[in-house]
Amino acid sequence: MVRLAPGFGVDEEELDSRLSKESIQALRASHAYDDRLGVFYLDYLNRMAHGDLGNSRTLDRPVSQLVAERLPETLKSVGLGLALGWSLGFLLAVAVVMSRAWYLDLLSSLLVGVLLCLPAAVLALLFVLAQAPVRLLLGLVVFPKIFRYSRNLLARSSSLPHVLTARAKGLGNMRVLLWHILPTATPQLLALAGVSASVAFTAAIPMEALCDIPGIGQLAWKAALGRDVALLINLTMIVTLVTLVANSASDFMGKSFRVSEA
Amino acid sequence: MKWARIAAIVFLLTVSAACLLADFVAPASYAHQFRDLPDAPPSRQHLLGTDDLGRDRFSRVLYGTRVSLLLAPAAALLSSLLAAFIGGIAGFAGGWLERCVMAGTDLFLSLPWLFLLITVRALMPLNVSPIISVVITFALLGCLGWAGAARVICADARALARSDFILLARASGSSGFRLLWRHLVPNLKPVLYAQFWISVPVFILTEANLGILGLGVAEPLPSWGSLLRELESFSTVTGQPWQLVPLILFIVVVSSFHLVLTKEELPA
Repeated sequence: MVRLAPGFGVDEEELDSRLSKESIQALRASHAYDDRLGVFYLDYLNRMAHGDLGNSRTLDRPVSQLVAERLPETLKSVGLGLALGWSLGFLLAVAVVMSRAWYLDLLSSLLVGVLLCLPAAVLALLFVLAQAPVRLLLGLVVFPKIFRYSRNLLARSSSLPHVLTARAKGLGNMRVLLWHILPTATPQLLALAGVSASVAFTAAIPMEALCDIPGIGQLAWKAALGRDVALLINLTMIVTLVTLVANSASDFMGKSFRVSEA
Repeated sequence: MKWARIAAIVFLLTVSAACLLADFVAPASYAHQFRDLPDAPPSRQHLLGTDDLGRDRFSRVLYGTRVSLLLAPAAALLSSLLAAFIGGIAGFAGGWLERCVMAGTDLFLSLPWLFLLITVRALMPLNVSPIISVVITFALLGCLGWAGAARVICADARALARSDFILLARASGSSGFRLLWRHLVPNLKPVLYAQFWISVPVFILTEANLGILGLGVAEPLPSWGSLLRELESFSTVTGQPWQLVPLILFIVVVSSFHLVLTKEELPA
C-alpha cells in the first residue's frame, strides 16, 4: 500500500525551484528504495533483528532511539489510564448491579453516555482548558467502555438461576458477588482487559499531541503531519505488538481461569 | 425507552433537514468573511457570532454538520458493504477460506484504529483541495472500518449456511450466487442494518479526532472536527460560551445515534 500511494519516494524538497537538476537527482538517489519487495522485507527484518528500525526522515534520528525515549512516557500514561478506568468503571458497575438502585443506574448511564459521545481529542482540549491533570484523561476514555461492558456482564450473571437461589437462601451481597457472580463473569472481563489496552493506546495520540506529552502518540502525530511513513509504520508495528501481547496475556489468563474453575 | 428512541429519530431528522437546506437556512456562505466583524458576539445577523476570521459561526455549524452527517453514513455504508462481502462470503463458504479471511480480519483488528488511520492518511497527499480532503477522510474511514463488522457478519452467515432453510434450498437445486443472493443476503439484513448504525457514530467521532489533529477535512470547508478545533483557543472560549454550541450539538447528535440503536443492537 505504501508503495502504491501517490507521492511515494518523492520528497517535498524536490519542489524547491532553487534546486538544480543534480541536487534533485541526489535527493532521489538518497530516497531510493529496493524495487524487489522480497529483498526489501528481508533487509528490513534483518535490520530489525539487530535493533535497527531505520531513521526518521523528519527528525533525522534513529527510530529505535526515538522509541526508547518516548515509549516509557506513553506506557506510564496508558498504565495509569487503565488503572483509573478499570477502578472507576468496574466499581461503579458493581455498585449499580448490586444496589439495583434505578437512580444510580440512570445517573451512571447519563455520565457514560456523555463520555462515549466525546472524542478523545475534545476531552484533551477540555482537560487543558480546565487545567486538570492530563494523565488522568486516558482513564476517562477507558472508563465508559469498562463500565458499560462490566455492567451488562454482571447484570447477566446476577440473573442466572444459581445466583437467584443463593439470594433466596439469604446469602449477603458481598458473598453473592464474590462466590457466584464474579466467577461467571471473570473470563469475559479478562478478555476486555486486552481490548482496553488498545483503546488506551489509540486515545494516547490526541492526548499527547494536544497536551504536549512527549510520548509515541505525539511522535506518531508529528510523523503523520510530516508524512514520515517509515517512522509511522514502525510506531504502528510497536503499538500493535504491545496490544497483541496484552490481548494474548488476557486470553491466556482467561483460559487458565476456566481450567482452574473446571 | 421507546419515547427516547422516537425523540432521537425526530431530532436527527430535524438536524439533517436543516443541514440539507443549509443553502437556504444559513445567513451566509461558510467561507464568507465579514472582515469588519471578527470574533463578534451573537447578534440578530450572526446567531452564534463570528469566528476569528469573521466567518458566520451558525452557517459554519450548519455546513459542517451537513458534511459529517452526510458523509459518515456514506462511509458506514461502504464499510458495511465491504464487511457484508468479506464476512458473508467467508461465513457462507466456510473451511479454509473462512479461516484465512478471519485470520486476516483478526490481524487487521489488532492494529490500533487511530494509528492505522493516521498512517494511511499520511500516505495520501495532505495539501489537497477541501473537497478531496473530505473524500479521502471518509473513504479511508469506510475502507478501514469493515473488520469488526465482518467478524459479526461471518458468524451470522456461518450459522445461516447450516440452517434448515438453506439445506432445503440446496436440495431444491439452488446453488452458488442464487443461494447467496436470494437466501443468505435477505437474512443478513438485520445484522447489516445494526452494523451500519453502530458505525455511523464511530466514524463521526473518528473524523472529529482527525479534524482536531489537523489530519481531517481541510479549511475553509467546515466539519465537526474543524469546528471543535476552535476549542483550542482556550482563553476566548471561557469568555465566549457560545463557542461551545458545536460541541453541545455534537454530543446530542452522537447520543441520538446511540439511542436509535435498540439495546439488543448495541455492542456489549
